[in-house]
Amino acid sequence: MKLPWRFLLPAFAFAGLVVFFIIGLQKDPGRIESPLIGKPAPAFALESLGDAAWKVGSADFAGRPWLLNVWATWCGGCREEHETLMAIAAENRLPMMGLNWRDDRALALRWLTQLGNPYVSVAFDPDGGTAIDWGVYGAPETFLIGADGNVLHKHIGPLTMQAWQQDFVPLLPAQGGEG
Amino acid sequence: MRITVFLGAMLLAMQALAIDTGRAFEDPEQQARYEHLIKDLRCLVCQNQSIADSNASLASDLRREVREMMVAGQTDEQIREFMTARYGDFVLYRPPVSPRTWLLWAAPVLLLLGGLGIAAMVVMRRMRAARANPAALDEEPDPQ
Repeated sequence: MKLPWRFLLPAFAFAGLVVFFIIGLQKDPGRIESPLIGKPAPAFALESLGDAAWKVGSADFAGRPWLLNVWATWCGGCREEHETLMAIAAENRLPMMGLNWRDDRALALRWLTQLGNPYVSVAFDPDGGTAIDWGVYGAPETFLIGADGNVLHKHIGPLTMQAWQQDFVPLLPAQGGEG
Repeated sequence: MRITVFLGAMLLAMQALAIDTGRAFEDPEQQARYEHLIKDLRCLVCQNQSIADSNASLASDLRREVREMMVAGQTDEQIREFMTARYGDFVLYRPPVSPRTWLLWAAPVLLLLGGLGIAAMVVMRRMRAARANPAALDEEPDPQ
């Protein structure tokens, strides 16, 4: 017996839905694409974590690529990625700035003393105003800013060596040039 | 009964935690505008809440930002632009019509038209059947 084609329609519709859901379920809704990619890095000038009289800002590394890592002592993922940050800092390829987000100064300084300090400088953002300018919605987040001052990449969540090699390193200028 | 009261009290307490204490603006018109704005902005940490409902620290920072921008005389449009420039269209509960969202906005109309089309086809087929043989309506319509 041959079924008329329209009896097969629900089966096709169902198959379509299944494909749709499989694709949908594999996307992580926690990772929201940043509209800042390819745009100039938002400017800021904040107190340094270690010295309130010292200003740390987005222009500090102008003309070369740099990293901005958003962290806080209350953030579990930041503890998790700390060793990766230390390893990246040890590679000495580009300067890393910290943005200490909604945190306590003393606690943050103790964290760096105890776990090591991968940052060249740390900007202190206790009220989260600069974090909003960067579209930060959950620490840790790590931005790569190019020599032209544009945001090249944003990593959401704890940074891993694998993500570093895969997503960041290809965007860096070839090693060995200026060092 | 007692459990209902208890649960009710718990719910009320949660409400109280979530929302800023006190009003943001003295002027009721400003307050209404403020409430309308923050209801349409998504809290990105807790995705299914607006920044009006959420007690996440980011939501409270964003509420503060909206208040400050209103005080500075910014328009609703400018405030929404400020948010989308940083967080993308996802921050808006009403995303703008764009190549990425037209299907979302057009879907209700398309579904309605599709349904009307199918209904019209069925009605017309049955009318034709009735004209040819009125008794056929008492049975299941012929599949072909």
